Amino acid sequence: MTATVTAGTGTTDAWRQFAGREWRERIDVRDFIQANYTPYEGDATFLTGATDRTRTVWEEVSALFPEERRRGVLDVDTATPSTITSHTPGFIDRDRELIVGLQTDAPLKRAIMPNGGLRMVENSLKAYGYPTDPFVTKVFGTYRKTHNDGVFDAYTPAMRAARKVGIITGLPDAYGRGRIIGDYRRVALYGTDRLVEAKRAERSRLDARPSTPDVIRDREELAEQIRALGELTRMAAAYGCDVTRPATTAHEAVQWLYLGFLAAVKEQNGAAMSLGRTSTFLDVYLQRDLDAGLLDETRAQELIDDFVIKLRIVRFLRTPEYDALFSGDPTWVTESIGGIGADGRPLVTRTSFRFLQTLYNLGPAPEPNLTVLWSPRLPDGFKEFCAQVSVDTSAVQYESDDLLRPCTGDDTAIACCVSAMAVGKQMQFFGARVNLAKALLYAVNGGRDEMTGDQITPEMPPLTGEYLDYDELSAAYDRVLDWLARTYVDALNVIHYMHDKYAYERIEMALHDHPVHRFMACGIAGLSVAVDSLSAVKHARVKVFRDATGLAVDFKTEGEFPAYGNNDDRVDALAVGLVESFMAKVRRHPAYRDAEHTQSVLTITSNVVYGKHTGNTPDGRRAGEPFAPGANPMNGRDRHGVAASALSVAKLPYGAARDGISLTTTITPEGLGHVPGERAGHLVGILDAYMASGGFHMNVNVLDRATLEDAMEHPEKYPELTVRVSGYAVNFVRLTREQQLDVISRTFHGSL
Amino acid sequence: MSTTVEPVTGRIHSWDLSTGVDGPGTRFVLFLSGCPLRCLYCANPDTWHMRDGKPATVDEVMAEIAKYRAFLTTAGGGVTLTGGEALLQPAFTASVLRRCKELGLHTALDTSGFLGARASDALLADTDLVLLDIKSFDVRTYRRLTGGDLAPTLDFATRLDRSGKRVWIRYVLVPGWTDDEDAVEGLAGFLSGLGCVERVDILPFHKLGAHKYEALGVPFPLRDTPAPDTALVDRVRGQFRGHGLVAH
Repeated sequence: MTATVTAGTGTTDAWRQFAGREWRERIDVRDFIQANYTPYEGDATFLTGATDRTRTVWEEVSALFPEERRRGVLDVDTATPSTITSHTPGFIDRDRELIVGLQTDAPLKRAIMPNGGLRMVENSLKAYGYPTDPFVTKVFGTYRKTHNDGVFDAYTPAMRAARKVGIITGLPDAYGRGRIIGDYRRVALYGTDRLVEAKRAERSRLDARPSTPDVIRDREELAEQIRALGELTRMAAAYGCDVTRPATTAHEAVQWLYLGFLAAVKEQNGAAMSLGRTSTFLDVYLQRDLDAGLLDETRAQELIDDFVIKLRIVRFLRTPEYDALFSGDPTWVTESIGGIGADGRPLVTRTSFRFLQTLYNLGPAPEPNLTVLWSPRLPDGFKEFCAQVSVDTSAVQYESDDLLRPCTGDDTAIACCVSAMAVGKQMQFFGARVNLAKALLYAVNGGRDEMTGDQITPEMPPLTGEYLDYDELSAAYDRVLDWLARTYVDALNVIHYMHDKYAYERIEMALHDHPVHRFMACGIAGLSVAVDSLSAVKHARVKVFRDATGLAVDFKTEGEFPAYGNNDDRVDALAVGLVESFMAKVRRHPAYRDAEHTQSVLTITSNVVYGKHTGNTPDGRRAGEPFAPGANPMNGRDRHGVAASALSVAKLPYGAARDGISLTTTITPEGLGHVPGERAGHLVGILDAYMASGGFHMNVNVLDRATLEDAMEHPEKYPELTVRVSGYAVNFVRLTREQQLDVISRTFHGSL
Repeated sequence: MSTTVEPVTGRIHSWDLSTGVDGPGTRFVLFLSGCPLRCLYCANPDTWHMRDGKPATVDEVMAEIAKYRAFLTTAGGGVTLTGGEALLQPAFTASVLRRCKELGLHTALDTSGFLGARASDALLADTDLVLLDIKSFDVRTYRRLTGGDLAPTLDFATRLDRSGKRVWIRYVLVPGWTDDEDAVEGLAGFLSGLGCVERVDILPFHKLGAHKYEALGVPFPLRDTPAPDTALVDRVRGQFRGHGLVAH
């Protein structure tokens, strides 16, 4: 059944029984939530299982997964560049679906989005055996310039060189940058007519301003936003939904919100297309309908289950290399759940539980990326349930609500893995990351790359001693990092200028306030390798081996040195210092559109690829060996268990890494306690203690080594096995063999 | 009772943080070196000799523990002293336990009870929970399995009961050694008469310590003994439960 248009319902009816005033007068979803939500402090016993309807729909779409996995993609529409309105409606099972809308006219059929870059589209099609469409090639090769073309027109030789050797990597210069969260709730609460009206008002406030380049760009962007809202309205109408008006029921609220999100994923192939913080918002509608007897719990859960099915099948056309970098086929449809309000009331509702319950009703899955904003002050029943879901599915990540709230408020959502922003008020320019371990080798080698021998930085004196001297190395490292920060921010400015120009996120930005606060989200990788290397030089003796050209290619450590990950200040202080110093260097370089600089300590799963492109390091890591993911200690060097390891990471200051600090832990079930029934409670204790100690983020995997090894050999037995890696979850069986081995060799925190 | 304790140096093997396996919650587990028993299934042969341990003062140990004070408290855990046999170094053990109590930490002592007589009343007063490993209830099996006598352990258990100490029993289930139905019945009957026993944890024998024997060049006596299957674990657990005990 599709949601049908009800004629003649205005805001009076849609907002019946809702409290509060300010949100009526201006666009303010947070105020609406605060005025209307019902905190839930109970346990999970009210939840219901999957209905036959839900199971049938999920089975119908799941049946397509094996073929998709085998071929890489199930199908592609090669001829129709995707826009909000480009495709006719598509369905999984028209009679059974409660929430409707697909990116194209059939489930899992991918669309092309050449605005980011034509080459990416062509390479993807070629990789999966599809011909490129001559019309598309002509349009985007002749008449319509892409983001990718623009970037390469403006890159300097230094940027190209840094990118090529991989000291700066993963830059969104050939694909959509993503990590922008539209406030999709606005579609449900206000309807697009009201949103257009608000956008017109924002635009008219610019009329009196002189037409400087900044003002002209703002006017044009606002005009595009208004146009995109019109397209959303038309796309929704094709599915039988009149989103010009506010949603009048819970069913419509879920549907309207999803259509807003759908418009975004039809228009943008962003690296991360996150959903925001929707569960407690939707709970207001579900609770109103439950109170009125229009719904029962089974139906409420069905609506959320059906919504989540849609979120699970968001697909983008990407190259196999891209998938190898990011492990599988991620979309980062991140949904932030829980947290505490500024007034001290927990933002946990029954719908917070219902979202997590989908992991039981539909089975574990990597998307949507369910993210719990954790505080020791959350209600016990919710904490226990989250931990139990983690123990059972490994599909949840946790971020510290107590660190987030003071910075970005109590309507913060996470984009991608760990990137926080106030929904509808802040956005970020995604900046990928630099390789700090490689940079350390540049310090030794005077800016020559240790793999190619090429001079990458301007010439600097190499270190020539037989043994590395800590003070000399620190000074040289500082010079390299100065150069790196400058080159990096400079490259990001180019990228985001061009992305705004050629691949602007029209609908996502239409669901933000104007003006919006922007972050320039830089990032660092290889922290633990760099820090342990510094520790080796400082606390032991590191002998250098050079090739005929004087390039340091290997090191030998004599003596012992403390390793990051053991809660040992002698080395953890080096990590804190490095994070703070690189952040300070980044801040020295003005960012495009006056964005506020931030950085993350996050690698996604590209820790494997970074390792592959980095030579031998002074900490004893061999060339090509994977880095630890995110802010994790190096595999096997954390020798005192998960708490010690986590406390090292918790020392990294959030203030100098406001784009997030990622920690991935893998614990065997036994490692959480001898008695199965006590494990969730123990995990609650660990999360409370880690967050109370200043920890920012934790991925929790509760897995046996034997299970993973068996899954490598028999992937068909484990289609749903989900593993959390550095900020998001992946299907284990979709990882490359190399990544699977990396996950397995990573420290298993099991007490034996 | 005096609150000032003389500075004592102990011999320690290592420390670790574990969850839910060495007492409640997440715990700082201090492994002391040296053990009077030589259990055939021992998973930590590297802790047998005190001389192999690293000397450490109570202050040094406490400096490490103090770093985890907030974490352990929030996580509902504490500190567990184990080994080796912690009561082989009673003065050091007592001193660490005292200092932990001064920090407000929950304390647990993991012991075979073989040296229970060496535990002073003050030491026990600073111990919130005793994890008592009873290796077997059959006198002959106990001797063959551990090289020691069972009686001191049972005496210790009785003493703990009299003093109202909280006790968790740990019972390593080894096929062919500790799975004898009558012996388990005997132990369960004995324990059910002790009010202090809160629970019995059945720990299935594993061979994860085998590589340590290799490294030490010592033969692992139970190399060919299998781990118990689920049915056996269920049976033994059922026997304890049959006597009204909480068994996991």
